[in-house]
Amino acid sequence: MPYGPHTPADRERMLSALGLDSVDDLFADIPVDLRASALDLPPPEPELELSARLREMASRNRTDLVSFLGAGVYRHWTPPAVDQLLLRGEWYTAYTPYQPEVSQGTLQSIYEYESLIAELVDMDVVSASHYDGAAATAEAALMTCRATRRDRVLVSRGVHPQYRQTLHTYMRNLELEEIPLLAEGEAAGTTDLEALARMLAEEGRPVAGVIAANPDFLGLLEPMSRIGELTHAAGALFVAVIEPVSLAVLTPPGAYGADIAAGEGQPLGIAPQYGGPYLGILASTDALVRQIPGRLVGMTTDLDGKRAFVMTLRAREQDIRRDKAASNICTNQALLALAASIYLATIGPHGLRDVAANGAARATKLETGLAAIGVERVHPGPYLNEFAIRVADARTVHRRLIERGFLAGLVLADAEPDDPTLADGLLLATTELTTSGDIARFVAALQEVLSGRPPVGVETGAGAERAANPVGATR
Amino acid sequence: MSAPTDLRYTRDHEWVRVDGGEATVGITQYAADQLGDIVFVELPDEGRDLEEAKAFGVVESVKAVSDLFAPLTGTVTSTNDALAANPELVNSDPYGDGWMIKIRLSDTSEMDDLLDGPAYDDLVAAG
Amino acid sequence: MSVTGEKLQPTLFERSSPGRGGGKIPHPPKDALDRIPADARRATPPALPEMNEPDVVRHYVNLSQLNHAVDTGFYPLGSCTMKFNPKLNEWAARLPGFADLHPMAPDEVAQGTLQLLWELETALAEISGMRAVTLQPAAGAQGELTGILMIRAYHRERDDTDRDEVLVPDSSHGTNPATASMAGFKTITIPSAADGGVDLDAFKAALGPRSAAVMITNPSTLGLFESRIGELLDAVHEAGALAYMDGANLNAILGRFRPGQAGFDVMHFNVHKTFSTPHGGGGPGAGPVGVGELLLPYLPTPRVLRLDDGTFRLERPDERPTSIGRLRSFVGNTGVLVRAYAYIRAHGGSGLREVSDDAVLAANYLKSRLAGTFDLPYDRPCKHEFVASGASLKAKTGVRTLDVAKRLIDHGFHPPTIYFPLIVEEGMLIEPTETESVETLDAFADALIEIAAEAERDPEMVTSAPHTAPVKRLDEATAARQPNLRWRPMAGAEMPCPD
Repeated sequence: MPYGPHTPADRERMLSALGLDSVDDLFADIPVDLRASALDLPPPEPELELSARLREMASRNRTDLVSFLGAGVYRHWTPPAVDQLLLRGEWYTAYTPYQPEVSQGTLQSIYEYESLIAELVDMDVVSASHYDGAAATAEAALMTCRATRRDRVLVSRGVHPQYRQTLHTYMRNLELEEIPLLAEGEAAGTTDLEALARMLAEEGRPVAGVIAANPDFLGLLEPMSRIGELTHAAGALFVAVIEPVSLAVLTPPGAYGADIAAGEGQPLGIAPQYGGPYLGILASTDALVRQIPGRLVGMTTDLDGKRAFVMTLRAREQDIRRDKAASNICTNQALLALAASIYLATIGPHGLRDVAANGAARATKLETGLAAIGVERVHPGPYLNEFAIRVADARTVHRRLIERGFLAGLVLADAEPDDPTLADGLLLATTELTTSGDIARFVAALQEVLSGRPPVGVETGAGAERAANPVGATR
Repeated sequence: MSAPTDLRYTRDHEWVRVDGGEATVGITQYAADQLGDIVFVELPDEGRDLEEAKAFGVVESVKAVSDLFAPLTGTVTSTNDALAANPELVNSDPYGDGWMIKIRLSDTSEMDDLLDGPAYDDLVAAG
Repeated sequence: MSVTGEKLQPTLFERSSPGRGGGKIPHPPKDALDRIPADARRATPPALPEMNEPDVVRHYVNLSQLNHAVDTGFYPLGSCTMKFNPKLNEWAARLPGFADLHPMAPDEVAQGTLQLLWELETALAEISGMRAVTLQPAAGAQGELTGILMIRAYHRERDDTDRDEVLVPDSSHGTNPATASMAGFKTITIPSAADGGVDLDAFKAALGPRSAAVMITNPSTLGLFESRIGELLDAVHEAGALAYMDGANLNAILGRFRPGQAGFDVMHFNVHKTFSTPHGGGGPGAGPVGVGELLLPYLPTPRVLRLDDGTFRLERPDERPTSIGRLRSFVGNTGVLVRAYAYIRAHGGSGLREVSDDAVLAANYLKSRLAGTFDLPYDRPCKHEFVASGASLKAKTGVRTLDVAKRLIDHGFHPPTIYFPLIVEEGMLIEPTETESVETLDAFADALIEIAAEAERDPEMVTSAPHTAPVKRLDEATAARQPNLRWRPMAGAEMPCPD
């Protein structure tokens, strides 16, 4: 066994202290007919060989492609300090701070995280984090039902499709309806406010909460204040789904009247990692503090009057409330909350603003470059750093661009198959990591693909030799 | 310490003081001691109808939480607002300033279901 | 000494100074945000701290010194399996090929990761004797919800809508009833038998046409294997219900007992317990779920599929319409799963069985060392953890388990789990794991024995512990009555800054 300390002599010593001959005696209480046979797994791999094999597997992922893919997960530059600090064993091999006297590091870092996010979202209470943006949004929806004692929630189709799917799963016993987006006009691609008003006004079907995202999944800015007004007029609670980097430059949810804010903290210094672990942000007004699920860390003093931090309002949690708990959540995402905090502390508020503004500037450049080759945005409204374009046979174009070394965003027909206005859409995002060169080469490659020319002899994004031999089944 | 003899008690450690058709309700010293430092009390709104033996609120301490069960059927006429800012009153003065709700009773015969002081003391002693 | 440095730190906000730090990100063009409508733009910038990198680093290095962690010392937290976190796994997860991969990248560019995930699913299925595994749930609790939702879907498809009850033993982890409630079920709690196992008669009496499922932890939260499990599973299935196993204690039975083979219909794994992925101060983890044949149609979507040509892809939503859907965004906590995969491959089947052998041996050895000093309510061999009780100590000296736990801190150990499971008075749940040397086990036992003796001759020393930790016992009542949950400049000024 690779990490165990016990020599045969150690085992002997322990067995004889127990008066036993074999460790099998300690498993005698497993009924004979239920005992397992040997596990049919590949033989143990020494670390030297295992590491080589893992390296080879990792190399088969095409992370060399120049990426314009966002859709809820964004590449940002992370100062190396973040990861180097995270690799300290005192951080990542610690556990939940049940004994606060020996966990002040973790506890203070969570308090600071709560405070940093509270500033970003401009709200009073921030939980110690949830699994991801989707889970946080689902918890927010359930909060609105508990707080209002109603069971109907409305969610805009501008919210990430995977978040909506998650909401449907969590809300199986309750009512969830989707608010349509406007299909045309200046505000196409954003929430249809008239439809929302109608849904809120339905007789005998009071609404607990309304959920909308800003920016929305298609990258567009939503009229959040107006949505909030309509929501509150109907006696419902307003949940804003947010993206944290954008809050450096966009109006925060606390300022436009949101009662709850939920979102994905991955853009704050956390690598994409093919899906997680990520960081579910959940914040609320003070009025809802007893409804907010998950851990909360607060400031207090010890017996000597020294300032210290402790998990608080714990009676809400599953280990005490059990079947009456607001949620079954046990784990939070402590290490990721720490990463986000270190990222924010290192980048600073001006740095965060510059990250958002650079992303926006690059998006403008991309939009201009694409327009010059006749590729237009699907929607006319304002966006921050992500937008949809329309190209004929988007899926094939996407694949051709991979051959040329580019990840041309998201094929919208895959994410939103039921929306005909997105049928030939590609969702493109830029960040501070997107260079002018990337944009120029991408536009040139796209032009080539659209004109039907093959990729011979053209400067590509990356890995030209490999791009000529893509791995994987065709769709 | 014996429970006050002028009050009546439930098996769930609530006490009741009846005055005409109105009852004042709280939790006993024993219950407060068991819970430890009380940090929050969740009480129903005025006007809410309560049913004997059904839960009407929650009392929370640092490490525990307990439902509050209505000792009698009736309608809530007032709640102790002081507990919002000073939940510790439940620990320090459970039978006085730590009172929780007042109910207008609908069926005073339900009083027969309650325990008197000595019977409640026996219940506590039995553990 | 439990920690090497004891410097309490000011908060980031107290270290901030206007104009300090930054300079990491190139300046954007001045007109970068001009096209954003004014009413959509933030009026005042967020008041985030401004610090230079050296101060940030010092802040977090010093804060880290205030933590006890597996990498600093023994951490016998029962039910948490605080085993060594292999450093190879940290390296593997950080390989750029794994770390930089976007979760919505097409399958063709994600072949390395898809293969790893598929192989991990296969390995977990083999380990558990289950038919198939989903890697989607982000934690054990989410895995539980996944399992219970699948059970609900199963009954619904059979129009068995009267089944609204989930049975759990009174020793269960709090997440079990909380999960049942979240899924819309009522929890029926069944008292345990005197020997710590399930009361089979009580279970049988409670099982009936309203029963949807039972949730069993095996070994139980008392660290005891449920030898009546065969009978219990038969009774559950006869009543038309399904059996969920909480796999938190899998570290005890690897290679010895496979829940799926024994008859459980579904179980979750806690990879941050059994499979060594680090706890991170409270997360992240991952909670894969294994199912038998009956629940296969309901697994969350998407699953990872292997094609005949040896390549891999994600299942499409339309390919399994009976799925319960998604519990979260994207495929799962892949970064965590890479670590679990590396752990399983490093051990192989024989290594995993050895893990359980050593975990169980260590727990029984430690238990034997404490006999006579603390009460041991269950007089039979335990598995990977055991529960001791300070009830007699409290009766004799007034010193409670809480005090013993705090005094252990002064001896350099993290306390075990206390007051769980709820059915043991003044309980301590102790789980040494297989990666602790005999010397460490002996030192821990010696410390507990010394504390028990100290409780008799100088109880005050124990009840006022810890004495050597960075902070003493905390005022949790005020923290709950007047919650201070975020930094505010005014509030901060009232509380003295440590240095």
